[in-house]
Amino acid sequence: MAKFKNHVLVCGGTGCRASQGEEIVQNLNQVIEENGIEQDVQVVRTGCFGFCEKGPVVKMVPDNTFYVQVTPDDATEIVKEHLVKGRKVERLLYTDPETKERVSESKDMGFYKKQIRIALRNCGFINPENIDEYIARDGYAALGKALTEMKPEEVIKEILDSGLRGRGGGGFPTGLKWELTRKVDADQKYVVCNADEGDPGAFMDRSILEGDPHAVLEAMAINGFCTGASIGLIYIRAEYPLAISRLKIAIEQAREYGLLGKDILGTGFDFDVEMRYGAGAFVCGEETSLIHSMEGLRGEPTVKPPFPSESGYKGKPTNVNNVETYANIPVILLEGAKWFSSIGTDKSKGTKVFALAGKVNNVGLIEVPMGTTLREVIFDIGGGIKDGKGFKAVQTGGPSGGCLTEKHLDIPIDYDNLLACGSMMGSGGMIVMDEDDCMVSMAKFYLDFTVEESCGKCAPCRIGNKRLYEMLDKITEGKGTDEDLGHLRNLSNVIKDTSLCGLGQTSPNPVLSTMENFWDEYVAHVKDDKCPAGQCKSLMQYVIVEDKCVGCTLCSRVCPVDCIVGDKKAPHVITQDICIKCGACYDKCKFGAISIQ
Amino acid sequence: MTKVKSLADLRKMKEELANKVQLREKSDSPEKLVQVKVSMATCGIASGAKEIMNHMIDEMDRQAIEALVTQTGCMGFCHAEPTIEVTLPNNEPVVFGHVDSKKADEIITKYIIRGELVDGIIPVNYETVKENKND
Amino acid sequence: MEIVQLTIDNKKVVVEKGTTILEAAKSIGVDIPTLCYMKLHDTNFENKPGGCRVCVVEVEGRRNLAPSCKSTCEEGMKINTHSVRVVNARRTVMELILSDHPFECLVCAKSGDCELQSLAQNLGIREVKYQGEKNKYKSDESPAIIREMEKCIMCRRCETACNDVQTVGVLSAINRGFESVVAPAFEMDLDHSTCTFCGQCVAVCPTGALTERDSSSKVMDAIVDPNKTVIVNTAPAVRAALGEEFGMDAGTLVTGKMVSALRKLGFDHVFDTDFAADLTIMEEGTELLGRLGKHLAGDKDVKLPILTSCCPGWVNFFEHQFPDMLDIPSTAKSPQQMFGAIAKTYFADQLEKKREDVVVVSVMPCLAKKYECSRDEFKVDGDPDVNLSISTRELAQMIRNANLNFEALEDDDFDQPMGESTGAAVIFGTTGGVIEAAVRTAYEVHTKKTLERLDFEELRGMEGIRSATIDFDGLPINIGIAHGLGNARKLLEDIKAGKSEFHAIEIMACPGGCIGGGGQPYHHGDVEILKKRQRAIYEEDKGKILRKSHENPFIQKLYKEFLGEPCGEKSHELLHTHYYDKKKKIEI
Repeated sequence: MAKFKNHVLVCGGTGCRASQGEEIVQNLNQVIEENGIEQDVQVVRTGCFGFCEKGPVVKMVPDNTFYVQVTPDDATEIVKEHLVKGRKVERLLYTDPETKERVSESKDMGFYKKQIRIALRNCGFINPENIDEYIARDGYAALGKALTEMKPEEVIKEILDSGLRGRGGGGFPTGLKWELTRKVDADQKYVVCNADEGDPGAFMDRSILEGDPHAVLEAMAINGFCTGASIGLIYIRAEYPLAISRLKIAIEQAREYGLLGKDILGTGFDFDVEMRYGAGAFVCGEETSLIHSMEGLRGEPTVKPPFPSESGYKGKPTNVNNVETYANIPVILLEGAKWFSSIGTDKSKGTKVFALAGKVNNVGLIEVPMGTTLREVIFDIGGGIKDGKGFKAVQTGGPSGGCLTEKHLDIPIDYDNLLACGSMMGSGGMIVMDEDDCMVSMAKFYLDFTVEESCGKCAPCRIGNKRLYEMLDKITEGKGTDEDLGHLRNLSNVIKDTSLCGLGQTSPNPVLSTMENFWDEYVAHVKDDKCPAGQCKSLMQYVIVEDKCVGCTLCSRVCPVDCIVGDKKAPHVITQDICIKCGACYDKCKFGAISIQ
Repeated sequence: MTKVKSLADLRKMKEELANKVQLREKSDSPEKLVQVKVSMATCGIASGAKEIMNHMIDEMDRQAIEALVTQTGCMGFCHAEPTIEVTLPNNEPVVFGHVDSKKADEIITKYIIRGELVDGIIPVNYETVKENKND
Repeated sequence: MEIVQLTIDNKKVVVEKGTTILEAAKSIGVDIPTLCYMKLHDTNFENKPGGCRVCVVEVEGRRNLAPSCKSTCEEGMKINTHSVRVVNARRTVMELILSDHPFECLVCAKSGDCELQSLAQNLGIREVKYQGEKNKYKSDESPAIIREMEKCIMCRRCETACNDVQTVGVLSAINRGFESVVAPAFEMDLDHSTCTFCGQCVAVCPTGALTERDSSSKVMDAIVDPNKTVIVNTAPAVRAALGEEFGMDAGTLVTGKMVSALRKLGFDHVFDTDFAADLTIMEEGTELLGRLGKHLAGDKDVKLPILTSCCPGWVNFFEHQFPDMLDIPSTAKSPQQMFGAIAKTYFADQLEKKREDVVVVSVMPCLAKKYECSRDEFKVDGDPDVNLSISTRELAQMIRNANLNFEALEDDDFDQPMGESTGAAVIFGTTGGVIEAAVRTAYEVHTKKTLERLDFEELRGMEGIRSATIDFDGLPINIGIAHGLGNARKLLEDIKAGKSEFHAIEIMACPGGCIGGGGQPYHHGDVEILKKRQRAIYEEDKGKILRKSHENPFIQKLYKEFLGEPCGEKSHELLHTHYYDKKKKIEI
């Protein structure tokens, strides 16, 4: 077998592929061949590197040069300069937004410095479509160890001792969940992987499945061994085609190697995995809804108890865990509970993957130890707020979470701390907002989502969220009243208190937490008819400042509704009742003569 | 494809497959390894740098030395090509000039394995090395 | 029996493990309000999706309020059913439900009988603070059932009735979130679906979302038309329930008052569907004996068991769901259609009226009857044998419209000839009744002996599927009974699989039979009401002098003067029908 001196790792995650990642691979291979170095260089499609802000990402091994925002046309230069001549392509290196220096290795980049990659250990490292690379990274060794050298109780104890908690949001101790399913006697049990990732902006589960599918399969098999299940089901949304195709390949390869199927590793243990597709309903991330959906029923929750561990899929004991939870399992077994529990905080062990999004410089997928502060995540890893604006708030936990502010920045992130400040861990969405973001609109945005995604089964969630949305809409339109503010709070509390499942029990959180932290903004909308962030169109207008306007006519030319009038070289005026507040004039004016009021 | 029949099988397989990702693993923690940088600009290639690189890789592999061999741009010592820079763990980098296969073997046996200095060191100050590294 | 001890509103309660908080509270006299919850013991109907959240209570130590209908009692629980938090939550949830409900109570068919309305009153809702967009749907008007989904509160009872109890599977929740609503697949009209029009969805709907198609004004139009002779006939189950509409106890027999009221309403002839029920027994019993005889003689082409066919919901069910078994049910028409056929021939002749001048109205406990009388095969040159079918509830409304003091009415008797009936016909109104009536006649015809014992207790009851073997003087006849279409399905699957040992099976679509029909006064989840109606039916049977259909003198006269013999040529033409494969007919 040829031994490659260089590996060129090209991100094959959905994001980078959408930016012509596949063409980059093709071009690289072609130019490598043209230069006759195909014996020395191997191009590898990996999973996501996480640094999506600057994708597509190409990493050169062994010198670890990290190229960002690579285009297919850059392939020639990368090959000829870097691979042939050993010279780095400077212009493709990452530039630190603060120091303006080019950084050539990922480990020197702020984005990666504070990260510890456990769940993402193989993402951006191995070719997810090649089981050999997974095995080379100790893949299936944890399963082998469990099957050959351990008893189910011992494995569960290890997981319990590791302190691993459900990464889907609930934070239920994983070992305990396994134990509950194990205890129940049944002729058939099921292991389910919840890959119905639905938070807006979240993609950690997708990235793990795309970058390291075998880790999830291995963990499911370990779970099957512990709980006594012989069938694993992966419930994945159909709009994750790449993850689905990689999982299918992985399942096929694992079967070929006998790592799934009958008599795994000669231990007599049978386990196989099947896929189940969801139509992308947020509520199907809730485990009873998920199970109903897998059974072909309407995706809506039922009251627990009974818990799936007693009566789940087809009425049989079923253990449902999230993708990221599973991704942690093999490492825990190999490295030990002690190692894992040495990372993190008192009650939240290990790491957490977050999808960092919003107004930060470095948008992407990150994995940090529990206990890292929001400040570290947003300012060190995230590289601070875009365009030098001021930080305003960060929403964790997606639509079920709450928004946290400046005063929460130094709180170590873990399940309990987030809950205590009125938010939650959730599955790991983290959306950063800056001074231009209106918090009432933000709450409205999330309510819009939950209104869409409510299954409609229980009245408070079905109707209550709609009414919350309508009230928020009224407030952003400048039509809110004092009474609405009172109603908003009462209704939020009742929805939380009475809803059937986690969706409704948490959906008012964005409203309550913004009311808690940004009460003044609500009051400004209602009493002063002002949107302090200048985001609510009904509460703002574009006005031309007479002194600054030179009458260049540019604004009136770009106005799509012709509402700006004025003679050449004379100050212009915006006709307010025609203006649609599109902001085109504001963006175009070179003299700063248009202001928002 | 053959089935993996036992944990022992799996472990054996892992050993055999290790080289698939070894290079990537090594590159993530180079400070723990012997790092060899081969100057591979036009001048270096013309004077046989490529062969030296291959030789170094093969030889250290044979002797099971945990090393990371990378290529780099012109180090600025065109008069002494081929040149290589060797960094032992916790040591300052050392540059050797006029490296042929014999010299390479000597560097491996004496400097890399035993830490003894070998003739042919090109004295460089830290600044120069750092500057050139980013070429 | 494992027991648990807990406290509800500071009172100690000891209950069996598994008891819900709702039931435990009830046991100490605390009635927690409910809305979506409904449980009908004996009929396999239990709806508790935990969706309305009206029955929430505070359980000490729990973060959220718990739905008492779904939460089971646990040792040491401390429950408060009316704390400020609970009452505020309950009222707020109620306001939310009302905020997406049309405020048309004054003109709603369900007004006064609406569970949402009475709950709003109980909770003292005087304003709806949370106003906003309301859902709009197209209304779906089938011949029997009208769906006005603006009034749907997503209690899902109709779904439970349609899917779990009846296994018809037409109704289920569609869309998501605020737009969620219960509807047939693809929002097709009921008429195009596999709906059997059994009306069990209507029977359990707490609001006016599902109601019957009201034909009472058409009936009044016919009555006041001087050119029309209007004949009314009333089904056996109606007399056992109509009184409830006027505040009388369930199970009060009001046969005489009902006849009196019908006469006062202006019907020209007040007849009894029971007459046609006796006729049905003559035909169906003869058919049974015929098929049985051939079967015993070794004729392999003869299919057994024979299934009753007097229930139109059931007929629709097997036409849709078991089209390959259309030759198994009896070909005898239902009593309603037999009545119409005779009324518009034999009786019209007696009146010397043309059939189109005779209007036949039937009062039924049933909504499927509305559909049945509209079927093409029951029309002659476009003129239906039965023109209009109204429910027990519609008749009550007509009586109220006419300002009749129902309770004060004198008892009156049916007109002749089609008002005469036997006890066998009366029991058609309950599950097990048809087959018992058939046995009474078939036994005597087959054995040529007189039955000593007329009350076949072994065929009675409320069990969903029952069976008994009746000794026909040495010949054991295996009888099966099913009520509720879900139970019917089980028996049909057995037949299909060749596992059925029955010679004859009675099937009624509605749980309880016609006494629990979709057109009866609303039971609001009280199954005792059905049992009381059943007792009333058997009571009426007992009080009759004649209790075997073949002894009905007017039936004997009808055969002699007009029909000839049971299952004869004329009978076949007028009293028998055929069935259609409706599986192919489903349109979207």
